[in-house]
Amino acid sequence: MNPISAIHLGPVDYGILVVYFAFVLGIGFALKRSMKGSGDFFLSGRSIPAWVTGLAFLSANLGAQEVIGMAASGAKYGLMTSHFYWVGAIPAMVFLAIFMMPFYYGSKARSVPEYLKLRFDEKTRGFNAISFAVMTIFSSGISLHALAKLLETLVHWNYWTCITVSALIVLVYIFLGGLTSAIYNEVLQFFMIVMGFAPLVYLALQDAGGWTVLKEKLIPVATAQGFAPGTWSQSWAHLGNPVENPMGVGWFGMVMGLGFVLSFGYWCTDFLVVQRAMAADSMSSARRTPLIAAIPKMLFPALVILPGMIAIALHQQSGGMFLPTAADGTPDYNMVIPTLLAKYLPTGLLGIGFTALMASFMSGMAGNVTAFNTVWTYDIYQSYLAPNKTDAHYLWMGRFATVFGILISIAAAFLASQFNNIMDMLQLVFGFVNAPLFATFLLGMFWRRTTGHGAFWGLLGGTLSAAIFHGLALAKGCVPGIKGGWLHPMFPFQSEMGQNFWMAIVAWSACFGLTVLISLLTRRTKSDEELKGLVYSLTPKPKSEDEAWYKRPVLVGVLVMIAVVILNLLFL
Amino acid sequence: MNFDLRLPLGLIFTIYGIILIGTGLTSTPEMIRQTLGQNITLGWGVVQLLFGLAMLFLSRKK
Repeated sequence: MNPISAIHLGPVDYGILVVYFAFVLGIGFALKRSMKGSGDFFLSGRSIPAWVTGLAFLSANLGAQEVIGMAASGAKYGLMTSHFYWVGAIPAMVFLAIFMMPFYYGSKARSVPEYLKLRFDEKTRGFNAISFAVMTIFSSGISLHALAKLLETLVHWNYWTCITVSALIVLVYIFLGGLTSAIYNEVLQFFMIVMGFAPLVYLALQDAGGWTVLKEKLIPVATAQGFAPGTWSQSWAHLGNPVENPMGVGWFGMVMGLGFVLSFGYWCTDFLVVQRAMAADSMSSARRTPLIAAIPKMLFPALVILPGMIAIALHQQSGGMFLPTAADGTPDYNMVIPTLLAKYLPTGLLGIGFTALMASFMSGMAGNVTAFNTVWTYDIYQSYLAPNKTDAHYLWMGRFATVFGILISIAAAFLASQFNNIMDMLQLVFGFVNAPLFATFLLGMFWRRTTGHGAFWGLLGGTLSAAIFHGLALAKGCVPGIKGGWLHPMFPFQSEMGQNFWMAIVAWSACFGLTVLISLLTRRTKSDEELKGLVYSLTPKPKSEDEAWYKRPVLVGVLVMIAVVILNLLFL
Repeated sequence: MNFDLRLPLGLIFTIYGIILIGTGLTSTPEMIRQTLGQNITLGWGVVQLLFGLAMLFLSRKK
């Protein structure tokens, strides 16, 4: 058997894809009438039921890079990849629902940067808004580039045709239906992913002989690379020392770096996901949004990580003939999902699986575009460039921002296709900016003494610490430069991932310490009265006692946490 | 007011269910071999059809 490098779509598969495109555009057209003001376009008029915002919350993050990347990690690192879900995402989502959503939703802020403006000051908002807008639009470009490159290799479609067609579809449905259109399509994408990937995993697992046999087949994968036999099928057992596992990360770096700093930083402060909850129809729905997302999210490792584990087991068993080989001689981990699609799904089911992949690319991009046009219009354009215009003007600007946002994405995709280094450099800088963010929000929400100066300079100091740490740390096998160590490589790491987790810990701690220090040295500019609804101790707790049990955030949050602890214990 | 999302969800999965059931019923032996000797296409088509119809039913109910 030879590795599969292309997917052959039949007429039925193309039919399924065309039906999907028709629905995506149809949703945009049908929503056009509801877009009466900027609040409809950017916030869906705060009218979306919780089950819809919840599934969109989950889906907005489920871009194809996530799907392809998690499967790749499943093959490369095994079940340890589940920490991105069971240590990272889920606790952060529960925390967001119970503790942070009351401020985001209750303060009536229209965006995360605007919350910073209400809580702190203009400069903190400006820093966050501008860095977020730039990052978001470049991420959208990178995802566009990844899509086109994948389709070029898989189905031999022309690179620029892929870019133009997918960008155009996303443009049309957001231009017409704004955030609601993006959210509706994200929910559709969620069901497409489940419908497309469930039969794939079912067949692949059956072919591998079931879970018990799969665990045995993963033993030679681990031992061949010099690790203990259970490394690929256990999530916690090999975290004692970074040299014991393929991720090159120890338990502290994992729990603090990935779990606490990076995951809380992403899920609790990134406007891309928080915007979905802000569109909910009530405080209760907003708080339930991340919890509704957490339940399927908990089970997603079976859909996205397990295929990677199966693929690497079959690859080992077949003597390296299952996955294609990458340029450096290792298996091409990014081809896990495409390989499984081509191998197990016959025409018809293949159409569903392939469409699911396309759907996740497009809605990943749409998520970025809607977050960008909101932050651009409210936090940059309305705040600094053209205040006091009519609402119709800002609605128009939102549509216009959608067009030029997508044009910049295409330019970024072009940049990515020409100069790989520029994109690596940008993502590195984004990492510096994101790492300390959660410290600012945590202090802002839970310590009323935090001042605007403290927040701003703490954030800047945290970003700088991340850059300096990066200049001093270097992972095994890397040369000083973009990978780190450009100042003086004095902290060696087992892997780039370990280096990255520790960079986050350092940046977060620096930001936390600096913010506290500077806050104590500067005068408060906001009174307790002004901070009502923005700080925990000054805000009345939202009541949920008279709601049904499944509508109470704290109760559901505790149940979700119990479930995730059980999952961790099951796959210890 | 926005329309009920369950309507397009119901429609698209009803269509997909019918397409898959049709493909499943006309499966070649080659396609059955690819899905390890079982007609998954047919079975999964039924699941999608039922899901689609359930969504349509719920969107009509109110």
